[in-house]
Amino acid sequence: MPDSTLAHAPQFDDASQQRESATFGMWIFLATEILFFGAMFLGYTAYRLAYPAAFAAASRHTLLAFGATNTAVLLISSATMAFAVRAAREKRRTALTVRLLLTAALGMLFLCIKGFEYAREISEHLLPGASFQFDQPYASHAEMFFYLYFLMTGVHALHVTIGVVLIAISGFRAWRTDAFVRNDTAVDLLGLYWHFVDIVWVFLFPLIYLVERHS
Amino acid sequence: MNTETRELPMTLEPRANYLNDGHSIRSWLLTTDHKRIGLLYMVSITLFFFVGGAAAALMRLELLRPQGGLVTSALYNKLFTMHGVIMVWFFLIPSIPTVLGNFLIPLMIGARDVAFPRLNLVSWYLFIAGGAFALWAIIAGGVDTGWTFYTPYSSTYANGHVLAMAAGIFIAGFGSIATGLNFIVTIHKMRAPGLTWFRLPLFIWTIYTTSLILVLATPVLAITLTLMALERLFGVGIFNPAMGGDPLLFQHLFWFYSHPAVYIMILPGMGVVSELIPCFARKPMFGYRFIAYATIAIGVFGFLVWGHHMFVSSQSVYAGMIFSILSFLVSIPSAIKVFNWTATLYKGSITFQTPMLYAFGFIGLFTIGGLTGLFLAALAVDVHLHDTYFVIAHFHYIMVGGAVMGYLGGLHFWWPKITGRLYCEWLAKLAAVTIFAGFNLTFFPQFILGFMGMPRRYPVYAPEFQVLNVLSTAGASILAIGYALPLAYLLCSLRYGKPAGANPWKATGLEWKTSSPPPRDNFANAPVVTEEPYNYDAQAAELSLEENSHA
Repeated sequence: MPDSTLAHAPQFDDASQQRESATFGMWIFLATEILFFGAMFLGYTAYRLAYPAAFAAASRHTLLAFGATNTAVLLISSATMAFAVRAAREKRRTALTVRLLLTAALGMLFLCIKGFEYAREISEHLLPGASFQFDQPYASHAEMFFYLYFLMTGVHALHVTIGVVLIAISGFRAWRTDAFVRNDTAVDLLGLYWHFVDIVWVFLFPLIYLVERHS
Repeated sequence: MNTETRELPMTLEPRANYLNDGHSIRSWLLTTDHKRIGLLYMVSITLFFFVGGAAAALMRLELLRPQGGLVTSALYNKLFTMHGVIMVWFFLIPSIPTVLGNFLIPLMIGARDVAFPRLNLVSWYLFIAGGAFALWAIIAGGVDTGWTFYTPYSSTYANGHVLAMAAGIFIAGFGSIATGLNFIVTIHKMRAPGLTWFRLPLFIWTIYTTSLILVLATPVLAITLTLMALERLFGVGIFNPAMGGDPLLFQHLFWFYSHPAVYIMILPGMGVVSELIPCFARKPMFGYRFIAYATIAIGVFGFLVWGHHMFVSSQSVYAGMIFSILSFLVSIPSAIKVFNWTATLYKGSITFQTPMLYAFGFIGLFTIGGLTGLFLAALAVDVHLHDTYFVIAHFHYIMVGGAVMGYLGGLHFWWPKITGRLYCEWLAKLAAVTIFAGFNLTFFPQFILGFMGMPRRYPVYAPEFQVLNVLSTAGASILAIGYALPLAYLLCSLRYGKPAGANPWKATGLEWKTSSPPPRDNFANAPVVTEEPYNYDAQAAELSLEENSHA
C-alpha cells in the first residue's frame, strides 16, 4: 500500500517505513518486558518447587472471587481494545473514541478490584514485613509466597496503570482531534502493549490463585 | 590525492556541518542529531573513565606495600566497588556502542538519523541521571559490596549507599535498553537501497548483536537489583537464607545479565578491529560471513555460560559441567575471528598507523585474555584460581586489553570523521605504545600473583607477593600517562589539527563518502550501495587507474 503522501518524520523515507519501525520497536520493547517479568517468574518457580506445601497453603488465602472477576474484566478489555484497533484502521472516530474509553474504564475497574483485594489482604496481615501473620505451619515460606504475590501483581498493576493513562489520553485525542484518522500507528502500538499486559495476567492468575485449589 | 585538493578550499571557509549547526548549549542539550548525541556520550564517559581510573590508581598505590597503610580497609572496599561499578556500567558498556555506534550507525548504513532520535536523547539523559545517582552514592560515603552486589551482604549487612548506587545502575540500564532498541530498529529498517545484510560493515554486525544482548539481558539486571533493594528496604526477601531464601538465586540472576554484559563490552571492540584490519592491510576481509556468523554465535552462547561464575558456590556438579562445556564452546567463534583477522593480514600491504597499532594490541591481548578464560572455564583449575588475581588479570586483558584498546583504536580511526581534523600522528603512536607497555606491565604480573594464590579484594597481602605488586603498580603509572596523552593531543587537534578531508585513510564504507565533519543530514545525496564491503582490491585498481591518467 503506497502511502508516501502521508506525513512522516524527517529521518524516514516514507510513512510505511515509519510505521514498520514503530511497530518493530514496540515488539522489541515487549521482549524486554518478558525478560523483566521472566526473572520474577523464575523466582516464583524456584520457591514453589522448594516449598510446595507452603505455597499451596498460602494460595488458599488468596481471594479467588476477586482474581477470577479481574481475569474476566481484563480479557473483556482486551476484546474492546482489539475492536478499537479495528475502528482506527477503518477510520471510524466515534467508534474508536467509545472503544478506547471503554477499555480504559475496564482497566480502571481492574485496578479498583485489585485495590479492594489488597486492602482485604493487608487487614488479614498477609503483607510481608513486620506485621505478617500466618497461623499455619511454614509461615516464613508462606511469607515468601505473599512477597512474590505483592511484587508480581504490583509490577503488573503498574503496567495496567500506565496503560490506562495512555489509553484514556488516546481516547480523548480520538474524540477531540483527527490525529488517529491520519495515522493509526499509535493505536496499534497501544493495542500490542495492552494485550501483553493481559497475557501476563493470564499467567499470573493460575500461579497465584489456583495452587492446589482442587484439594 | 585528487579528493584532498577538492576538499581543501571548502574546509577553509567553514562549510555547514553538524558541529556548526547551532552553537548554543541548548542546541547541544536538546539535540536529536545522532552525531551530537554520540559526542555528548563521549564527553560523559570520558569523565567517568577518569573517575573510575582514579579509584584504581589509589588501589594500586595501597598495594605497593604488603601491609598497606595508605587507605583503611573499609575505604579500600569502597574503592574497588567504585572502580568496578563506574568502569563497567558507566564506561565500558556505553563506550563503543553509544559513542561510535551512535555516531556511525546511520552514516554506515546511509541513513539520515537513527529510527527514534528523541528516544536516543532520552537514553543519554537516563544515562546521566543514573550516573548522577552513582556519583552521589560515592560522594555521600560510598558502597562496599563490590560491583556484584552479592546478597545477603548487600541486602542485609552492608553499610553505605547501596540503594542509591543500585538506583543509578537501574536508571542507566533503561538508557541501555532504549539505545539497544533504537539500534536494532535502525539497522533493520533504515538501511540504504542495495545495502543487504551481508554488505553491512562488520562493525554494524557487532553493534547489532550487542544491542540484542542489551535488550534481552538488561531487564533481568533491573529486576534483580530491584529485588535486592526491596529486601534491603523492607527486610522481606527472596535472597535471604534466614527467611528461606536462596542467595544463589541472586547470583544466577545477576550473572544471567552480567556474563552477557562481558560480550556487550567486547563485541563492539571486535567490530572496530574488523574495520581497522582490512583498511590498514588494504585487503578485503578474509571470511566476512564467518565473522558475521561468529558474532551472532558469541551473542547466543554468551547467554548460556553464566553459571561458570558459580563453580565454587553450591551449584550442582552437573550444572557446573554443562556450564564448563558451554564456556569452552564460546572460544570457538572468538578464535574464528582472531584467525580471520590474521588471515586478512597475510600478504596485505600493512601500514602501522595509530589505529592499526591499537588493532594489533587488541588481537594479542584479547587472545591472551581469551585463552586464560579457558583455564577458568575448566572446573578443577577454577577451584584453585577462583577469586584470585588470575581472574582479575584475565578479565582486564579482555576489558582493557580488548574493549578499551578497541575503543581507542576506533576513536583514532574515526576522529578525523567526527571532528574533521587530523591529530598529531607521532604523539598518538607514542601513546598507543605506552598504553600497550603499561597495560602488560600492570596486568601480566597479576596472572602470576593469582596463580601463586593471592586473593582479590584484600588491601594487605603476604610479603612474598611484593615484587610483582610493585611491578604492577609501576605499570599502572605508565598506563595512566598513556591514557592522559590522547586526552591532551586529541583536544589540541580540535584547534591546531590539519583538516582531514573526507577520507584520510582511503577507507571503504559509506561514512567515508560524506564530508568531514558530516553535514546535519549526513549525506548530500542519498547513497545507493552497489558493491561488497571492504572492497579494497577494486579500490586499489581504481586509485592506480586515477594515478595513471594523471601521469
